[in-house]
Amino acid sequence: MLINQIFNGLTIGSIYALIALGYSQVYGILGFINFAHGDLFMLGAYVGFLLVSFLHVGLVPALILSMLIVGGIGVLVERVAYRPLRKAARLAPMISSIGVSVTLQTAIVLLIGPQTERYPLEYQFPVLDILGVKISALQIIILVVAIVLMLGLELLVQKTRIGMAMRATAENYEATSLMGVSINKVISLTFLLGSSLGAAAGVLVAVYYNAFFPYIGSLFGIKAFIAAVLGGIGSVRGAVIGGFILGISEIFAVAYLSSSWRDAVAFTLLIIILLARPTGILGMKTTVRA
Amino acid sequence: MDALTQHILIIIGINVISALGLHIITGLTGQFSLAHATFAGIGAYTSALLTLNSNVPFPVALLAGVVLAGIASALVGYPSLRLRGDYLAIATLGFGEVFRVSMLNFKFTNGALGLHGILQMTNLYWVAGGVAICIFLTYMMTKSRTGRILTAIREDELIAESFGVNLGKYKVFAFVMGGCFAGLAGGFYAHYLLFVNPTDFGVMKSVDILLYIIIGGLGTIPGVLVGTALLTGLPELLRPFAQYRMLAYGIGLVLIMVYRPSGLLGSVDSGSVLYKAYQRIRKTLKIPTVKNE
Repeated sequence: MLINQIFNGLTIGSIYALIALGYSQVYGILGFINFAHGDLFMLGAYVGFLLVSFLHVGLVPALILSMLIVGGIGVLVERVAYRPLRKAARLAPMISSIGVSVTLQTAIVLLIGPQTERYPLEYQFPVLDILGVKISALQIIILVVAIVLMLGLELLVQKTRIGMAMRATAENYEATSLMGVSINKVISLTFLLGSSLGAAAGVLVAVYYNAFFPYIGSLFGIKAFIAAVLGGIGSVRGAVIGGFILGISEIFAVAYLSSSWRDAVAFTLLIIILLARPTGILGMKTTVRA
Repeated sequence: MDALTQHILIIIGINVISALGLHIITGLTGQFSLAHATFAGIGAYTSALLTLNSNVPFPVALLAGVVLAGIASALVGYPSLRLRGDYLAIATLGFGEVFRVSMLNFKFTNGALGLHGILQMTNLYWVAGGVAICIFLTYMMTKSRTGRILTAIREDELIAESFGVNLGKYKVFAFVMGGCFAGLAGGFYAHYLLFVNPTDFGVMKSVDILLYIIIGGLGTIPGVLVGTALLTGLPELLRPFAQYRMLAYGIGLVLIMVYRPSGLLGSVDSGSVLYKAYQRIRKTLKIPTVKNE
């Protein structure tokens, strides 16, 4: 029972972590809360859904295609709505992202409808019995996909030249551009990566809960953003740690307290951690974004 | 005045009161709060519970809501002094969500169903009076020593502190004054729409209020008035267009930010605009200038 709950928590936590990475990376480099990120996650679920139900693509190709398409949309959103505001006041890109968020949600409501949709999957995921613990194969698939994607991102950020450029841009935007790094390319790449991870989370959530709707982005988006803040915004590892902490504590709140207090637990945890460590668990002490 | 105009004016008025509160916290003092709708919610629930369960007169119920919202914002503002910028926003967001979930779960607030059958008390006169008082208080406060200290904190906390400003005291003051305004707006809201439920006071509502003060031009009273009137008035007028209205709203926000990043009235000094208009009118009417001798 306990191990089952931990597994449930890890599954939902890995999804929060995938979404949190997008928030965290954008915040680390551009310094604003990208409210539209939750809706790119929602878009991921819908693109995968359209591919599976109308083009009869398999689930794995649908996941990959959805990541690519939504990644492209993320890059486009940055071009149109955030790039002109690079030098504006700090709240301006955030407001613009709220505008993008409303636009994407409404576009989906107008094009597909406000109803809850589900993936038309014929097969049932088997429930595995590992040493007496019953775990759905789907949970394992979600965990594996999420961990592979997160490790990939961590390797990209830590070990490659473009990753070094991303870290440098997050550290000091102007100095990096003086070193001859094309800031625009770095930022486009950041949005491509963040949005495609969000899209992957979207497809996984849609399959896991067997339901999704146009406003699912705000629901998961706020939680994932909190996960990013908990862990220390701007850091890949922080986002992952934050996601798992949030996921596990939520599942435990549901299992041992009551499901109606689930959200309160997450947010109380957030307030306590922020008051103890004002920049998150792995956040740098000196970060001041006043 | 027809019913629709009156309705729109009342809704705009209620939102203006609430937005002025956030203007004090965010626009003047530079503290980024996402719990503003929560303070309005506290005012709404307090005053509604009072008028529902006892014979308390409306003004007393309103006042109780204002006081409780003020106390709550002190409670939020005080521990948040450790946090800066966006981290403060996130902590306030957390507080707002805890409030919303509590309202959903407590018995005396009737959970997700909310409070029903609240007496209709709010009318245009009440709201107009409230707006006038709030604009007056905000204006006087801005022009006072306190107002200048708040602006100094917004511009540079470190410098303000080294000039001997007690940061904690003034930040909490800004939170309390802003929270009281929100509480008043909440009281009017409950006694106008006649029912309240927890989702009316969620994070997205707080974000809406933030939009009101930024779209018009952050940090100025005319900006608050224009932004609020535009973002509450237009959607009410365009109600027949249903979802297309929201599409236009979203695209509009992006366009306004791209073309006017500091808001519609941002970097417009309304005082000097009025003065120039006055000069031009005087010229065209050929009113002779009085010379001081």
